[in-house]
Order: sequence, then C-alpha cells, then structure tokens
Amino acid sequence: MKFGIVVNEGPYQHQASDSAYLFAKAAIEKGHEVWRVFFYHDGVNNASKLTEPPQDDRHIVNRWTKLAEEHKVDLVVCVAAALRRGIKEDNLAQGFRISGLGQLVEAGIKCDRLVTFGD
Amino acid sequence: MSDAKKFMFVNRKAPYGTIYALESLEVVLITAAFDQDVSLAFLDDGVYQLKKGQQTKGIETKNFSPAYRALEDYDIEKLYVEKEAMDARGLSEDDFIVPVTVLSRAEMGKLMDEQDVVLSF
Amino acid sequence: MLHIINQSPLNTTTLDTCLSTATGGDILLIEDAVYAATKGNAAEAKLKSAMGKFKVHVLTPDLEARGLGDRMMDGVSAVDYGGFVELVSNNKNCQSWL
Repeated sequence: MKFGIVVNEGPYQHQASDSAYLFAKAAIEKGHEVWRVFFYHDGVNNASKLTEPPQDDRHIVNRWTKLAEEHKVDLVVCVAAALRRGIKEDNLAQGFRISGLGQLVEAGIKCDRLVTFGD
Repeated sequence: MSDAKKFMFVNRKAPYGTIYALESLEVVLITAAFDQDVSLAFLDDGVYQLKKGQQTKGIETKNFSPAYRALEDYDIEKLYVEKEAMDARGLSEDDFIVPVTVLSRAEMGKLMDEQDVVLSF
Repeated sequence: MLHIINQSPLNTTTLDTCLSTATGGDILLIEDAVYAATKGNAAEAKLKSAMGKFKVHVLTPDLEARGLGDRMMDGVSAVDYGGFVELVSNNKNCQSWL
C-alpha cells in the first residue's frame, strides 16, 4: 500500500514528528511504501540543517534524511509555510525539497492512505 | 470528475490564536485547482473562523476571513457547520460571512465516513 | 473509518467531539490521548460506554513512555507502531482529530 504522511508540528516541541517517523518506519518494515512526507505549519522546521540537539538525544532531522535516502521517501516542505518561518534552500537539510501545497493535494490523490500528525 | 477523490477539510480551531485556520484555507484554495470533490467542515471552535465582522487592525494581523467568500469562485460550495458547535457558541447562521449548510453531529459523522481523504489542521 | 486521537481527554474536548460525531469504527489513542485508556481516569466511563460503537486501541509505546503501561483499562486493545500501520491499512479512510 502507498502511504502519504503529513507532519504539522516542529521537532522537539511536539511529539508529532516522532510519531510520524515511527509510523513511517513501521510501514516500511511491513513492506508498504511511504511515497511522500509533507511538512506543513511549524512542521517545516523539521527540515532545518541548523538543528543541533544534545548528543544524547535523537536527531530528528537527520533521522528523516536517512529514511529518505534508504527508502526513497520524498520529503517535501511547503514553500509558503517555510518562507514564513525562515526555512530556505540555504538551510535545508539533505533529503528534503521545498515545493508548493499542490504536493500535499497530490499525495492525497495518489496515496492509498494519508495520515496526519499534528497538535 | 468521475475519478475525483472526496477531500474534506476539518476545521476545529479558532482563527488568530494559532495559524492553523489560515494555513488550512491556503490548502483548500490550492485543492480547488485539482478538480477534486472538496468540502469543508467546521466543528468546535472552528466555527469561529466564519464569524462576520472580524476586525484585525488592533492585532496587526491580516483579516483572512473574506477569503471564505472567495471559495465560491473556486467552485468550493460545500461548507458544513455542525449545529451543536454553533449553538454552544451562541452563534446562528446569520453570524457567518458565507452561506453554510448546518448539519447535526450525526449527519456530520456520516459525511466524514464518505470521504476518501480527511485533512485536519 | 479509523479515528486517531492525540490529546488528553482531561484537557481538551477532542475525544468528546469524536465520540459524539463519528458513526463508529476504530479509535486509536496516541500521544497524550493514551491517558484516556487508563484505569480510574475521569474519562474512563465515557470511553467504556463508547465501546459498543467503537473498537478502541491504544498505542503501547506512548502508554509505557508515560509510566502507565500497567494501567490499561479493560476492553482496550494494545497496539505497537506496526499495529497502527495495520489499522490505517485495514480501514478505508482515516482521520486525525487535531
């Protein structure tokens, strides 16, 4: 089955990104495809390459990058939401790309299921 | 339209206190370009989004409520307000900036079941 | 339909709205919503009475993280993230009650 995931909250502040990541990982382990993860609202902050958590904490941004590299997950950051919050190509972490809201609608159309994680 | 999916946007949050209502509306406007079957549901504090007469000058924030009136131009005409939520807030249909269909909770639940994609912000 | 809830029933009306609006199906409690599925919490009766209409699941890792792994109320099914994925794929559609 083809899954789409929406992440509406920033890393560390809210559990949404952790839940979304663990869901995505479990879906892949079960043989499903995670076609796209769309980051919206404060969720765009998951794509900041300036993120530096303490060493004994999980690295939420790098974890997404790794998932994208290993399983060809398309990580899309909403351009309007990103620019509002100071996320640009300059500080975009590897594996993420900035694009329009149409990418979210497209995920709704093309995926068998779209699961939202937010507040 | 035959292979269009049914998209429902569920709004349960009030405007201005958080950005969800505004950014939800931005998705709705984009979805209109994809020829899908779009409906908007307003539950709980989400009904406050539609309140007429919003004056945002004093909080130095853009009043985005007129955009609900523009939805019609994008062929988005299915706006549903949950009756119980409206009543609980002392509001009536006359208070809204756009014409809406008022549904009971039970009717709203049934409508949700029929959707392919439900997005809530 | 799968209804995903992530907020504590003691702090927000999200669970109430879901229970009174949705027609039935599966409910999955994640994040702070797992408190709804614990013995002796004030929302216990509410969730119990909804069990005829809904099948209620709780995400175990979230329950355990909050120190309540041994307090799950009767009639709730425990799932891990794999079970979460199955609930999503087994239902025709899903909704996160944010």
